[in-house]
Amino acid sequence: MNYTLDFTPVIEGMPALLMACLGTFGLALGGMALAIVIGVGGVILRDSKIAPVRWLVKAFVELIRNTPFLVQIFFIYFALPLAGVRLDPTPTAIIALGINGGAYAIEIIRGGVQSIGKGQIEAGLALGLHKAQVFRLIVLKPALRAIFPSLTSQFVLLTLTTSVASAISAYELTSVAQRIESDSFRSFEVYGTITLFYLVISWVMMRFFAAISTRYFSYPVK
Amino acid sequence: MNQPNAEAPLGGADAMIAMNHVEKWYGEFKALTDINLAVRKGERIVLCGPSGSGKSTLIRCINHLEGYQKGEIRVGGTKLGDDAKTIDAVRREVGMVFQHFNLFPHLSVLQNCMLAPMRSLGVSKAEAEATARQLLGRVKILEQAEKYPAQLSGGQQQRVAIARALCMRPKVMLFDEPTSALDPEMVKEVLDTMIALAEEGMTMICVTHEMGFARQVANRVIFMASGAIVEEAPPEEFFGNPRHERTRRFLGEILHKH
Ligand SMILES: Nc1ncnc2c1ncn2[C@@H]1O[C@H](COP(=O)(O)OP(=O)(O)O)[C@@H](O)[C@H]1O
Ligand SMILES: [Mg+2]
Repeated sequence: MNYTLDFTPVIEGMPALLMACLGTFGLALGGMALAIVIGVGGVILRDSKIAPVRWLVKAFVELIRNTPFLVQIFFIYFALPLAGVRLDPTPTAIIALGINGGAYAIEIIRGGVQSIGKGQIEAGLALGLHKAQVFRLIVLKPALRAIFPSLTSQFVLLTLTTSVASAISAYELTSVAQRIESDSFRSFEVYGTITLFYLVISWVMMRFFAAISTRYFSYPVK
Repeated sequence: MNQPNAEAPLGGADAMIAMNHVEKWYGEFKALTDINLAVRKGERIVLCGPSGSGKSTLIRCINHLEGYQKGEIRVGGTKLGDDAKTIDAVRREVGMVFQHFNLFPHLSVLQNCMLAPMRSLGVSKAEAEATARQLLGRVKILEQAEKYPAQLSGGQQQRVAIARALCMRPKVMLFDEPTSALDPEMVKEVLDTMIALAEEGMTMICVTHEMGFARQVANRVIFMASGAIVEEAPPEEFFGNPRHERTRRFLGEILHKH
């Protein structure tokens, strides 16, 4: 072990690394937003009256959850252009992250919805509310509260998964770090530094979610 | 109190609720057999019978929480079909109170009462709040308006549930064992609320085994067994001179318990 630490390339690359954190955040935010839409939409469709729609949602969830994310992102980036759909790395990464996170979100949100007693739904219907209103106004918030810890850790995971998008050279922290590393061969310093960055990002997110939780989900329960 | 008119024509002009030859199955299981029932405006019906006899199923058919397969149900002149339009129309006129209150935990007492009038009837926020406060006052719980359901006792929650249903200005109120989930010391406050409502002339169908309440409030008491109406009579007659053996046995059991 005769390795001398030299942080010069990291320090010189710091502005680029910090900027790349914004790229990471962008991918993560886009991915989460899409995951929520897919998650909520998927939960509604998952219990559709039309059987093929239910099967489709189930098949989607199985497909996504049982295949590697790297393959999914490669598929969108390299295979879809053969079918005429050509996307830049950033939208590709957001879509892949959203689809992947969405498949997990469907199952998580569904668990939350199922945790809501039938009596809640019946009370809403008896009061003249429509099914969609019952879902939105009565079921959603207590369901989100019930699953908030698992949903948000899924989101933290999604954020860390943005690093996989470096494989298609999307603009984010890991790909910028890779470039600095390949120019300088300072692997330990570069990856050590971004490890810390990811740690901080995760930590900030968890604090943020905890704050949301106290703000929105602090109504008393027995 | 009005004397009941057992001869009231089914589905007649003054029938608030009319069930004609209603039959319901849960899959293979027949839960309701040839139910005929007419409830006039202002009438108060108590529905009793052993567990599993179909009492909940019967009243849940009235606001279509359960569908039915045969016969006809009319609520205030609207024939209850399977279409969203008549179901909506009926649900806006029929309030329901459940055994387990079913208050919305994430909404304050006041918000619980305002939600449906605003979202279902399109009432303005100010008006919904005024109505909610008025009715929370009527069930004597206005001082808890800003609290959340989990902060209230069972009896208080049930009174809020009654106020919440009343905020829709229903023409009929259905009660499904509203006091069976309560600690004994809270039963009275809920029954008193229901008695007050009856005295104001509300049309009510109450599934309950509170026979004191039935004696005091009901125009008619209906006894159900195995999905059918076995006996139907004014309370004096129902308790004093039950005609059917099954009714006598049932009354013996529950009066003994109380
Ligand atoms: N959703 C359902 N599916 C199948 N059977 C049911 C359902 N709800 C009630 N039942 C059955 O119908 C019968 C009547 O139930 P219910 O109306 O709840 O009785 P009660 O309210 O008089 O206790 C019971 O035998 C019950 O098991
Ligand atoms: Mg019942």
